[in-house]
Amino acid sequence: MNIQVLGTGCPKCKTLEKVTREVVAEAGIDANITKVEDIVEIMKFNVMTTPALVVDGKVVLKGRVPSNSELKEILTQKVFRI
Amino acid sequence: MRYSRNVVIPMLLIPIWVVVYLNLQDITDRIIDIIPGLSDSNHFREALRFFIFEFPKVIMLLVLIIFFVGILRSFFTPERTRKALEGKKTFTGNVMAALLGIVTPFCSCSAIPLFLGFVESGVPLGITFSFLIAAPMINEVAVILLYGMFGWQTALIYILTGLSIAIIAGWIIGKLKLEKWVEEWVYASHLGDADTEDEKLTLSIRVKMGYEAVKEIVGKVWLYVALGILVGAGAHGYVLAEFMASFMGKDVWYAVPLSTLIGIPLYSNAAGIVPIVSVLIEKGAALGTSLSFMMSVIALSLPEMIILRKVLKLPLILTFIAIVGGGIMIVGFLFNYLF
Repeated sequence: MNIQVLGTGCPKCKTLEKVTREVVAEAGIDANITKVEDIVEIMKFNVMTTPALVVDGKVVLKGRVPSNSELKEILTQKVFRI
Repeated sequence: MRYSRNVVIPMLLIPIWVVVYLNLQDITDRIIDIIPGLSDSNHFREALRFFIFEFPKVIMLLVLIIFFVGILRSFFTPERTRKALEGKKTFTGNVMAALLGIVTPFCSCSAIPLFLGFVESGVPLGITFSFLIAAPMINEVAVILLYGMFGWQTALIYILTGLSIAIIAGWIIGKLKLEKWVEEWVYASHLGDADTEDEKLTLSIRVKMGYEAVKEIVGKVWLYVALGILVGAGAHGYVLAEFMASFMGKDVWYAVPLSTLIGIPLYSNAAGIVPIVSVLIEKGAALGTSLSFMMSVIALSLPEMIILRKVLKLPLILTFIAIVGGGIMIVGFLFNYLF
């Protein structure tokens, strides 16, 4: 699975990246995590509130940092769907 | 299970909040009476009384109102606001943008994606500016603090004058047709049409967003509130009126422009500035001058200008500062004249 964390460098964006890495490691999800910091690239996803989380090209979360358990739910649902 | 706990706990806490809030003065007085060595009426005791009454009062107001504002805001996403503003006529659009600026969640770190998201999807520049002026200026922390420390009249004056500035300044920027001073790449690049459907939020998640707003905002501002009120408590009872009035009083004609100018490089959140302003006013500064100072500190911040420089050329930023600063000064002069 391809996970992108969109954020220009605000504190919350860093938190989201950290939480994502934690959850992926904990749940043993096979994922490639990248951070997108270029604003032009971010706008291609048409999000207006950062941070946002993109899984396989689809925006699944924006403007807030979820709890570990909520994020795990989001990500594992994606895993099962594939 | 999670649903019930998230929703029921605040329901149970609200009555407790009300009881404590209504009896805060009594509680404060008892605490003061218990502390030994303070029985004689003296300056320190009154300062302490001021602090242990004002600080919990303001924090309690912040917690309660920010909790509900957090829930309310989960209904107003920037996407919905943008949809409401697309293709709106000037003026009506400016009024709507300023009003939506109050309720739509906004953080200055999101100013750029928000600006791009608005402008590139066809929201006119002037209307986007009305939003960008109102959103940081009329924020819940400023309004709650004004209400807590000055009463509802001042809070209302602040909201109404802030709205007027946002509406009129955005309208003027729209009329001046300043699109040429927006960086070229902004209009050249296009938004992706990636899926932007709204997340389905349950009541439980909305309540959780209320908690998170409280944790984040109160966690960030409580120290400023404490310091501000501490300064207020320290100054309580000291007579500085003549000194303050000599340079922030209403008879000093240059006080309003000077306060506005000083406010631009000063960057503080509302939490830090309102308690200070309350001291200034108590010590003889004029209301209009203080209002100008506060609005300038909150609405015209240098860090935000630097962020906006990525998408706006310098002349537009300077025009923006001049128009909003002008509006803030008019408000200052008006209130010095009226009161």
